[in-house]
Amino acid sequence: MKVAVLQFPGSNCDLDALKALRSIKVPTDLIWHREFKGGDYDGVIIPGGFAYGDYLRAGAISAHTPAIEEVKEMAAEGKPIGGICNGFQILIEAGLLPGALIENSSMKFVCKWVIVKVETDRTPFTRLLRRGQLMRMPVAHHQGNYFCKNLKELYENDQIVFRYVDERALPTESANPNGAIDNVAGVCNPEGNVVGLMPHPERASNAILSPSGTADGEIFFKSMFDYMGGRSW
Amino acid sequence: MREYEIDVIIKNKPIVKDPEGETILKDLIHKQGYDTITSARAGKLISLRVKAANGEKAKKITYDMCNELRIYNPVVHTLDIKVKGE
Repeated sequence: MKVAVLQFPGSNCDLDALKALRSIKVPTDLIWHREFKGGDYDGVIIPGGFAYGDYLRAGAISAHTPAIEEVKEMAAEGKPIGGICNGFQILIEAGLLPGALIENSSMKFVCKWVIVKVETDRTPFTRLLRRGQLMRMPVAHHQGNYFCKNLKELYENDQIVFRYVDERALPTESANPNGAIDNVAGVCNPEGNVVGLMPHPERASNAILSPSGTADGEIFFKSMFDYMGGRSW
Repeated sequence: MREYEIDVIIKNKPIVKDPEGETILKDLIHKQGYDTITSARAGKLISLRVKAANGEKAKKITYDMCNELRIYNPVVHTLDIKVKGE
Protein backbone atom coordinates (compact mmCIF):
# COMPACT_ATOMS: atom_id res chain seq x y z
CA MET A 1 0.00 0.00 0.00
CA LYS A 2 1.57 3.24 -1.09
CA VAL A 3 0.82 6.92 -1.68
CA ALA A 4 2.52 9.07 -4.32
CA VAL A 5 3.30 12.73 -3.88
CA LEU A 6 3.52 13.99 -7.46
CA GLN A 7 6.25 16.43 -8.37
CA PHE A 8 5.92 18.83 -11.30
CA PRO A 9 8.46 21.46 -12.27
CA GLY A 10 7.49 24.21 -9.83
CA SER A 11 5.89 22.08 -7.12
CA ASN A 12 7.10 23.42 -3.78
CA CYS A 13 4.91 21.87 -1.08
CA ASP A 14 5.94 18.35 -2.10
CA LEU A 15 8.39 17.82 0.76
CA ASP A 16 5.92 19.12 3.33
CA ALA A 17 3.27 16.70 2.04
CA LEU A 18 5.79 13.86 2.08
CA LYS A 19 6.76 14.68 5.66
CA ALA A 20 3.15 14.93 6.80
CA LEU A 21 2.39 11.47 5.35
CA ARG A 22 5.57 9.78 6.54
CA SER A 23 5.24 11.21 10.04
CA ILE A 24 2.02 9.19 10.42
CA LYS A 25 3.77 6.14 8.92
CA VAL A 26 2.07 6.19 5.52
CA PRO A 27 4.38 4.52 2.96
CA THR A 28 4.93 7.39 0.55
CA ASP A 29 7.05 8.08 -2.53
CA LEU A 30 7.99 11.48 -3.82
CA ILE A 31 7.79 10.96 -7.55
CA TRP A 32 8.68 13.04 -10.59
CA HIS A 33 5.67 13.33 -12.89
CA ARG A 34 7.43 11.71 -15.87
CA GLU A 35 8.19 8.58 -13.87
CA PHE A 36 4.77 8.25 -12.31
CA LYS A 37 2.69 5.13 -12.98
CA GLY A 38 -0.74 5.08 -11.38
CA GLY A 39 -0.78 1.30 -11.08
CA ASP A 40 2.08 1.46 -8.56
CA TYR A 41 0.03 3.49 -6.08
CA ASP A 42 -3.15 3.37 -4.03
CA GLY A 43 -3.54 7.10 -3.66
CA VAL A 44 -2.05 10.40 -4.81
CA ILE A 45 -1.40 13.80 -3.33
CA ILE A 46 -0.84 16.59 -5.83
CA PRO A 47 0.99 19.20 -3.78
CA GLY A 48 0.99 22.96 -3.91
CA GLY A 49 3.41 25.18 -5.75
CA PHE A 50 3.57 26.85 -9.14
CA ALA A 51 3.67 23.97 -11.62
CA TYR A 52 4.99 25.14 -14.99
CA GLY A 53 5.20 28.66 -13.58
CA ASP A 54 1.39 28.97 -13.50
CA TYR A 55 1.71 29.96 -17.17
CA LEU A 56 -1.54 30.34 -19.09
CA ARG A 57 -3.51 29.66 -15.88
CA ALA A 58 -2.54 27.94 -12.65
CA GLY A 59 -2.64 24.21 -13.31
CA ALA A 60 -3.48 24.51 -17.02
CA ILE A 61 -0.26 23.01 -18.38
CA SER A 62 0.21 20.19 -15.85
CA ALA A 63 -3.38 19.12 -16.51
CA HIS A 64 -2.25 17.89 -19.94
CA THR A 65 0.68 15.74 -18.78
CA PRO A 66 0.70 11.92 -19.05
CA ALA A 67 0.91 11.82 -15.23
CA ILE A 68 -2.51 13.42 -14.99
CA GLU A 69 -3.87 10.87 -17.47
CA GLU A 70 -2.66 8.23 -14.99
CA VAL A 71 -4.35 10.15 -12.16
CA LYS A 72 -7.60 10.15 -14.15
CA GLU A 73 -7.45 6.36 -14.41
CA MET A 74 -6.80 6.08 -10.68
CA ALA A 75 -9.73 8.38 -9.99
CA ALA A 76 -11.99 6.17 -12.12
CA GLU A 77 -10.85 3.17 -10.06
CA GLY A 78 -11.98 4.93 -6.88
CA LYS A 79 -8.52 5.57 -5.47
CA PRO A 80 -8.20 8.66 -3.26
CA ILE A 81 -6.81 11.70 -5.10
CA GLY A 82 -6.07 14.82 -3.09
CA GLY A 83 -5.11 18.15 -4.62
CA ILE A 84 -3.80 20.84 -2.33
CA CYS A 85 -3.68 24.48 -3.51
CA ASN A 86 -1.90 24.26 -6.89
CA GLY A 87 -2.87 20.57 -6.85
CA PHE A 88 -6.51 21.66 -6.56
CA GLN A 89 -6.00 24.02 -9.50
CA ILE A 90 -4.52 21.14 -11.53
CA LEU A 91 -7.45 18.81 -10.73
CA ILE A 92 -9.90 21.52 -11.81
CA GLU A 93 -8.03 22.19 -15.04
CA ALA A 94 -7.90 18.44 -15.71
CA GLY A 95 -11.68 18.33 -15.43
CA LEU A 96 -11.57 15.97 -12.44
CA LEU A 97 -13.25 18.57 -10.25
CA PRO A 98 -16.00 21.05 -11.15
CA GLY A 99 -15.78 24.84 -11.35
CA ALA A 100 -12.86 27.21 -11.70
CA LEU A 101 -10.30 28.94 -9.50
CA ILE A 102 -9.86 32.55 -10.50
CA GLU A 103 -7.83 35.48 -9.19
CA ASN A 104 -8.40 36.40 -5.55
CA SER A 105 -10.90 39.25 -5.30
CA SER A 106 -8.21 41.34 -3.58
CA MET A 107 -5.83 40.82 -6.56
CA LYS A 108 -3.22 40.00 -3.94
CA PHE A 109 -1.41 36.86 -2.96
CA VAL A 110 -2.99 35.88 0.34
CA CYS A 111 -0.97 34.05 2.96
CA LYS A 112 -2.64 33.53 6.33
CA TRP A 113 -4.16 31.01 8.74
CA VAL A 114 -7.85 30.45 8.18
CA ILE A 115 -10.59 28.35 9.73
CA VAL A 116 -12.52 25.93 7.56
CA LYS A 117 -15.63 23.97 8.38
CA VAL A 118 -15.95 20.37 7.27
CA GLU A 119 -19.10 20.13 5.15
CA THR A 120 -19.01 16.42 4.45
CA ASP A 121 -17.37 13.39 6.03
CA ARG A 122 -18.04 11.07 3.11
CA THR A 123 -14.72 11.65 1.28
CA PRO A 124 -11.53 9.63 1.83
CA PHE A 125 -9.90 12.76 3.23
CA THR A 126 -12.60 13.74 5.71
CA ARG A 127 -13.90 10.39 6.93
CA LEU A 128 -12.23 10.74 10.33
CA LEU A 129 -13.69 14.21 10.74
CA ARG A 130 -17.31 15.06 11.39
CA ARG A 131 -19.62 17.46 9.60
CA GLY A 132 -19.42 20.90 11.15
CA GLN A 133 -15.98 20.32 12.65
CA LEU A 134 -13.59 23.28 12.40
CA MET A 135 -10.00 23.01 11.20
CA ARG A 136 -7.24 25.60 11.30
CA MET A 137 -4.98 25.60 8.27
CA PRO A 138 -2.99 28.19 6.33
CA VAL A 139 -3.76 29.39 2.81
CA ALA A 140 -1.14 30.79 0.42
CA HIS A 141 -2.36 31.53 -3.08
CA HIS A 142 -3.17 34.07 -5.76
CA GLN A 143 -5.78 32.15 -7.70
CA GLY A 144 -7.97 30.52 -5.08
CA ASN A 145 -11.26 32.29 -5.68
CA TYR A 146 -13.58 29.35 -6.31
CA PHE A 147 -16.32 29.90 -8.85
CA CYS A 148 -18.97 27.62 -10.31
CA LYS A 149 -22.29 28.03 -12.05
CA ASN A 150 -24.00 25.07 -10.43
CA LEU A 151 -23.43 25.66 -6.73
CA LYS A 152 -26.89 24.34 -5.80
CA GLU A 153 -26.19 21.12 -7.65
CA LEU A 154 -22.86 20.72 -5.85
CA TYR A 155 -24.61 21.08 -2.48
CA GLU A 156 -27.31 18.63 -3.53
CA ASN A 157 -24.64 16.10 -4.56
CA ASP A 158 -22.71 16.63 -1.32
CA GLN A 159 -19.66 17.89 -3.26
CA ILE A 160 -18.84 20.87 -1.05
CA VAL A 161 -16.14 19.60 1.31
CA PHE A 162 -14.78 22.68 3.11
CA ARG A 163 -15.93 26.28 3.62
CA TYR A 164 -14.13 29.26 5.16
CA VAL A 165 -15.75 30.31 8.43
CA ASP A 166 -15.07 32.53 11.43
CA GLU A 167 -14.52 31.43 15.06
CA ARG A 168 -18.29 30.98 15.48
CA ALA A 169 -18.39 28.68 12.43
CA LEU A 170 -20.19 31.32 10.36
CA PRO A 171 -19.27 31.74 6.67
CA THR A 172 -18.79 35.51 6.87
CA GLU A 173 -17.24 37.75 4.24
CA SER A 174 -14.31 38.57 6.51
CA ALA A 175 -13.59 34.87 7.01
CA ASN A 176 -13.31 34.44 3.24
CA PRO A 177 -9.68 35.04 2.19
CA ASN A 178 -10.18 35.15 -1.59
CA GLY A 179 -13.77 35.98 -2.53
CA ALA A 180 -14.75 32.36 -3.20
CA ILE A 181 -18.41 31.81 -3.99
CA ASP A 182 -20.32 30.94 -0.79
CA ASN A 183 -16.93 30.71 1.05
CA VAL A 184 -16.13 27.40 -0.67
CA ALA A 185 -12.60 26.22 0.20
CA GLY A 186 -12.72 22.67 -1.13
CA VAL A 187 -14.85 20.41 -3.31
CA CYS A 188 -14.98 16.79 -4.44
CA ASN A 189 -16.13 14.88 -7.52
CA PRO A 190 -19.61 13.28 -7.47
CA GLU A 191 -18.11 9.96 -6.28
CA GLY A 192 -16.23 11.74 -3.49
CA ASN A 193 -12.80 10.15 -4.01
CA VAL A 194 -11.22 13.18 -5.69
CA VAL A 195 -10.87 16.13 -3.31
CA GLY A 196 -9.30 19.53 -3.87
CA LEU A 197 -8.83 22.32 -1.38
CA MET A 198 -6.99 25.64 -1.25
CA PRO A 199 -5.82 25.46 2.41
CA HIS A 200 -2.68 23.47 3.20
CA PRO A 201 -3.25 20.51 5.55
CA GLU A 202 0.42 19.52 5.17
CA ARG A 203 1.48 22.85 6.67
CA ALA A 204 -0.91 22.28 9.57
CA SER A 205 0.35 18.81 10.43
CA ASN A 206 2.78 19.75 13.15
CA ALA A 207 1.46 21.41 16.33
CA ILE A 208 4.74 23.20 17.02
CA LEU A 209 4.48 25.05 13.68
CA SER A 210 0.88 26.12 14.15
CA PRO A 211 -0.08 29.41 15.85
CA SER A 212 -3.01 27.65 17.51
CA GLY A 213 -0.81 24.77 18.68
CA THR A 214 -2.95 22.23 16.85
CA ALA A 215 -2.18 19.83 14.02
CA ASP A 216 -5.60 19.82 12.39
CA GLY A 217 -4.29 19.08 8.92
CA GLU A 218 -2.90 15.72 9.98
CA ILE A 219 -6.42 14.25 10.05
CA PHE A 220 -6.70 14.85 6.29
CA PHE A 221 -3.84 12.40 5.69
CA LYS A 222 -4.90 10.00 8.44
CA SER A 223 -8.34 9.79 6.84
CA MET A 224 -6.75 9.01 3.48
CA PHE A 225 -4.70 6.16 4.95
CA ASP A 226 -7.72 4.87 6.85
CA TYR A 227 -9.74 4.83 3.61
CA MET A 228 -6.98 2.88 1.85
CA GLY A 229 -7.24 0.22 4.52
CA GLY A 230 -4.06 1.24 6.28
CA ARG A 231 -3.82 1.98 9.94
CA SER A 232 -7.00 3.27 11.51
CA TRP A 233 -7.12 6.00 14.09
CA MET B 1 -0.44 26.83 -47.62
CA ARG B 2 -0.23 30.33 -46.22
CA GLU B 3 0.63 31.50 -42.76
CA TYR B 4 -1.93 33.59 -40.92
CA GLU B 5 -1.48 35.89 -37.96
CA ILE B 6 -4.13 35.21 -35.37
CA ASP B 7 -4.91 36.79 -32.02
CA VAL B 8 -6.58 34.69 -29.36
CA ILE B 9 -8.24 36.89 -26.74
CA ILE B 10 -9.36 35.40 -23.44
CA LYS B 11 -11.53 37.43 -21.08
CA ASN B 12 -13.62 36.69 -18.02
CA LYS B 13 -17.31 36.21 -18.81
CA PRO B 14 -19.54 39.13 -17.80
CA ILE B 15 -20.97 37.05 -14.90
CA VAL B 16 -17.47 36.46 -13.53
CA LYS B 17 -15.85 39.20 -11.49
CA ASP B 18 -12.75 40.70 -13.03
CA PRO B 19 -10.75 42.20 -10.15
CA GLU B 20 -7.88 43.24 -12.43
CA GLY B 21 -10.17 45.19 -14.75
CA GLU B 22 -11.98 46.72 -11.78
CA THR B 23 -8.72 47.86 -10.24
CA ILE B 24 -7.51 49.38 -13.52
CA LEU B 25 -10.81 51.25 -13.88
CA LYS B 26 -11.20 52.40 -10.28
CA ASP B 27 -7.65 53.02 -9.16
CA LEU B 28 -6.09 54.26 -12.38
CA ILE B 29 -8.55 55.42 -15.04
CA HIS B 30 -11.09 57.06 -12.73
CA LYS B 31 -8.54 58.39 -10.25
CA GLN B 32 -6.79 60.13 -13.13
CA GLY B 33 -10.01 61.80 -14.17
CA TYR B 34 -11.16 59.76 -17.17
CA ASP B 35 -14.76 59.72 -15.93
CA THR B 36 -16.29 59.02 -19.32
CA ILE B 37 -14.69 55.58 -19.40
CA THR B 38 -17.22 53.35 -17.72
CA SER B 39 -15.80 49.85 -17.96
CA ALA B 40 -12.48 48.02 -18.13
CA ARG B 41 -12.09 44.28 -18.48
CA ALA B 42 -8.63 42.73 -18.42
CA GLY B 43 -7.78 39.60 -20.35
CA LYS B 44 -5.04 37.65 -21.99
CA LEU B 45 -3.87 37.82 -25.60
CA ILE B 46 -1.94 35.07 -27.35
CA SER B 47 -0.61 35.83 -30.83
CA LEU B 48 -0.26 32.83 -33.09
CA ARG B 49 1.01 32.16 -36.60
CA VAL B 50 -1.00 29.39 -38.20
CA LYS B 51 -0.36 27.58 -41.50
CA ALA B 52 -3.60 26.90 -43.41
CA ALA B 53 -5.15 26.99 -46.89
CA ASN B 54 -7.28 30.01 -46.00
CA GLY B 55 -8.24 32.30 -43.13
CA GLU B 56 -11.34 30.35 -42.25
CA LYS B 57 -9.37 27.12 -41.89
CA ALA B 58 -6.74 28.88 -39.80
CA LYS B 59 -9.48 30.09 -37.48
CA LYS B 60 -10.97 26.59 -37.24
CA ILE B 61 -7.56 25.06 -36.38
CA THR B 62 -7.11 27.69 -33.68
CA TYR B 63 -10.61 27.22 -32.31
CA ASP B 64 -10.24 23.42 -32.10
CA MET B 65 -6.83 23.72 -30.45
CA CYS B 66 -8.15 26.21 -27.86
CA ASN B 67 -10.93 23.81 -26.93
CA GLU B 68 -8.88 20.64 -26.93
CA LEU B 69 -6.04 22.07 -24.86
CA ARG B 70 -8.27 24.30 -22.74
CA ILE B 71 -6.35 27.41 -23.69
CA TYR B 72 -9.32 29.14 -22.07
CA ASN B 73 -11.51 27.83 -19.29
CA PRO B 74 -15.06 27.71 -20.71
CA VAL B 75 -16.50 27.87 -17.18
CA VAL B 76 -15.28 31.41 -16.65
CA HIS B 77 -13.82 32.71 -19.92
CA THR B 78 -14.94 33.92 -23.31
CA LEU B 79 -12.80 33.14 -26.33
CA ASP B 80 -12.37 35.54 -29.21
CA ILE B 81 -10.30 34.56 -32.26
CA LYS B 82 -9.28 37.30 -34.65
CA VAL B 83 -7.63 36.53 -37.98
CA LYS B 84 -5.47 39.57 -38.59
CA GLY B 85 -4.13 38.65 -42.01
CA GLU B 86 -1.26 36.88 -43.70
